[in-house]
Amino acid sequence: MNHIPQLNRRSFLIATAAAGGGLAIGLDLPFGGPAAVRAADGSPEVTAWVVIKPDDAVVIRIARSEMGQGTATGLAQMLAEELECDWSKVSIEFPTPGESLKRGKPWGRMFTAGSRGIRESNEMVRKGGAIARTMLIQAAATTWSVPAGECTAANSVITHKPSGRTVSFGKVAEAAGKLEAPKDAALKDPKDWKIIGKPVKRLDTAPKVVGGLTYSIDVKQPGMLLAAVRACPVFGGKVKSFDAAKVSGMPGVKKVVPVGENAVAVVAEHWWEAKKAVDALPIQWDVDPEKAKVSSASIAAFMKTGLDATEAFVGNQNGDAKAAIAGAAKKVEAVYGYPYQNHATMEPMNATVRFTPEKCEAWASTQDADVALAALAEASGLPIEKCEFYKLPLGGGFGRRTTHDWLHQAVAIAKQMPGTPVKLIWSREEDMTQGRYHPATQCKLVGAFDAGNNLTALHMRLAGQSILAYVRPQALENGKDPFAFQGLNAAGPEGQFGYTVPNLLIDHAMRNTHVPPHFWRGVNNNHNAIYLECFIDELAKAAGQDPLEFRRKLMANHPKHLAVLNAVAEHAGWGKPAPQGVFRGLAQHMGYGSYVAACAEVSVSDKGVLKIHRIVAATDCGYAVNPAQIERQVAGSFVYGLSAALYGECTVKDGAIVETNFDSYNVLRIDEMPKVEVLVRPSGGFWGGVGEPTIFVAAPAVLNAIAAATGKRIRTLPLKNHKLRDA
Amino acid sequence: MARLTINGTVHDVNVAPDTPLLWAIREWVGLTGTKYGCGVAQCGACTVHVDGEATRSCQTPVSAVEGKKITTIEGLAANGTLHKVQQAWIDNDVPQCGYCQSGMIMAVAALLKDKPKPSDADINDAITNICRCGTFQQVREAIHAAAAKA
Repeated sequence: MNHIPQLNRRSFLIATAAAGGGLAIGLDLPFGGPAAVRAADGSPEVTAWVVIKPDDAVVIRIARSEMGQGTATGLAQMLAEELECDWSKVSIEFPTPGESLKRGKPWGRMFTAGSRGIRESNEMVRKGGAIARTMLIQAAATTWSVPAGECTAANSVITHKPSGRTVSFGKVAEAAGKLEAPKDAALKDPKDWKIIGKPVKRLDTAPKVVGGLTYSIDVKQPGMLLAAVRACPVFGGKVKSFDAAKVSGMPGVKKVVPVGENAVAVVAEHWWEAKKAVDALPIQWDVDPEKAKVSSASIAAFMKTGLDATEAFVGNQNGDAKAAIAGAAKKVEAVYGYPYQNHATMEPMNATVRFTPEKCEAWASTQDADVALAALAEASGLPIEKCEFYKLPLGGGFGRRTTHDWLHQAVAIAKQMPGTPVKLIWSREEDMTQGRYHPATQCKLVGAFDAGNNLTALHMRLAGQSILAYVRPQALENGKDPFAFQGLNAAGPEGQFGYTVPNLLIDHAMRNTHVPPHFWRGVNNNHNAIYLECFIDELAKAAGQDPLEFRRKLMANHPKHLAVLNAVAEHAGWGKPAPQGVFRGLAQHMGYGSYVAACAEVSVSDKGVLKIHRIVAATDCGYAVNPAQIERQVAGSFVYGLSAALYGECTVKDGAIVETNFDSYNVLRIDEMPKVEVLVRPSGGFWGGVGEPTIFVAAPAVLNAIAAATGKRIRTLPLKNHKLRDA
Repeated sequence: MARLTINGTVHDVNVAPDTPLLWAIREWVGLTGTKYGCGVAQCGACTVHVDGEATRSCQTPVSAVEGKKITTIEGLAANGTLHKVQQAWIDNDVPQCGYCQSGMIMAVAALLKDKPKPSDADINDAITNICRCGTFQQVREAIHAAAAKA
């Protein structure tokens, strides 16, 4: 064994219960002997990752945010695998970012987006388990005065093989926690995994079926007041004036307060009272007249100027596509478009904040707790050590909760009522109109064929809004947004283009508007996959070839892309007759480290009514940690992706978003849910994401099936704006 | 002031008569299992039972339910035993984020009371709740599993 834990000769750690957090906080003390770090209930930590109680209960710390995607259960499986603990005794808890900061970030990044939970922290989490196991074994070996190398651990029991003695984890956890952690520990060979790869149930279900899980919106604090807010509906506008006297006498109203430059809030005893008052509050807005003229049509016209612009950022190229197209025997050209989308998490944005000049605390949900804590410090003006963010379960995230505009608002309100906890809840209307939107884009595609109907060139010109330019301008590369090319890159886990075309050019003409864009589950892959995969079908049709065979010829150098495509084609029965009136469509794409494909089966009635009967979807995420949860993410991805394809569209009028609720921003319900057959096909050797990738192929597979059914190609979304049959 | 009977307990709450039942339940009575999602009876996250009938509490004023028997997700389990829909939700590992599931479970419990063995078409007609995580495939499986237990 390379790394024998040593007694900790450094200053030791002692635990104290974290206010409201229920976790251990390590404090460096200058004097005293070794002691284990303790959780709030007195149980010893083996390492920062694992608390083991005397009754062998195992508590695994999860740094990443759980928003329904199942990452917490998957990460716990990975840690438990290496810990060799009894899975039935495992529970999870979430450290706060303040504790993480105080302890030197032992859990790494808390950021949870881009399907990164498992794919980016798998090694760290598995080592967290392996190191804790090493320490437990060492503690047992020391007790028995035997070499650690003669001991093994399985199912929360340590066995000394030569003597047959055994001891459970709970009996040695106290001693193990006093050992110095080894710097490293070897990880198991995947072939020996017993918990990773098993379809175990989620660890967080029970409270969700009895209304017992406390989401951020459910937080209660003594003396708490409730706030409702209205921000300027035209992005970038400010509050000119408001007439608080008009509403200050309404039932329950305590205070009317400005919130930053662009919003006003009413604080009341109850949220319903606050909302009624804020709706009745007269507010004058100061709006840039140019922005107040912006409409969906003006945005579309602006983006269209990018389709043929001379200046564009090149994302992927080989050969000379423009020359090949100019000299081609046959050309095919099409223009596509994709509208703004709202994340529309079921739980609207909200946060509870208590501010005093000495401390600022927030109870809320976030996908990025480290950034949330920093936002709290920035908004409160207090040093980060005087702030704490208590992370609560998320009622959906989808990317929206990676940004903290709503937290800044909650702090601004709480600062005007020092000592009083204030819970700010956005109405659904506020959530819809103050969103951070999936960017709107357009795309012009030109394909060229030689006389033998071989594809010789492809030019894909994207035009539209850059997320990075708004969210993270420092990440632009000489002005270029590399994220704009997700799924279209020459190489890399963030999305490799799956076709080999002799002359290829993929470029992006950035056209930014005043509508704030953001990461939305799947991000730029969503429109990129629609543009490419629908146009590939158009090219196949122009060449008179079967869409599957046409793709196969271009994918010989991309075996992983091809494998998932072949898997869905075979399982769906591509090439064999579909049921009467049913037509099939294919799509494949790669992103967030994973390869995905789908085959959709649809029918379109004589009157143009679409029915999506069946989807076959395949995922190669390298290693499949929990196939049952992958199935759920894949099936759910069709709900999210097809909601956007069928209905999703945030339109702009007079500079503001028009759609205010689910009556105008409709989403898929159970009656439209197709049967989804999921093929989990992990090929091993890499760690890909799961929460997002399948969304890429949801819309293009269905659009291709609709075109097969009707002969009519739909090139702009949502489908609700189109008649699927001309009759 | 309104007198509300919720999960068998009488609550006198000092609210305006037009206050939505949802907010009376959440903020005056303090039961937070019933969720706010849209406020316009679209999403169903606020579904409770009023005299046994699935009702969207965000669009139901308290004045309309005085004297009626209101059941929330917290009152669905009887004598410490989960309702068969709740049990099916656990057995089938249905919830993802879980935020919509209180309303989903209440809607399904009411459906099974009316139609103990619902067809897929019955489910499509009755269950109109929104779930953004997209648990519908598991919801349908769990409804049939719960019905089979009856």
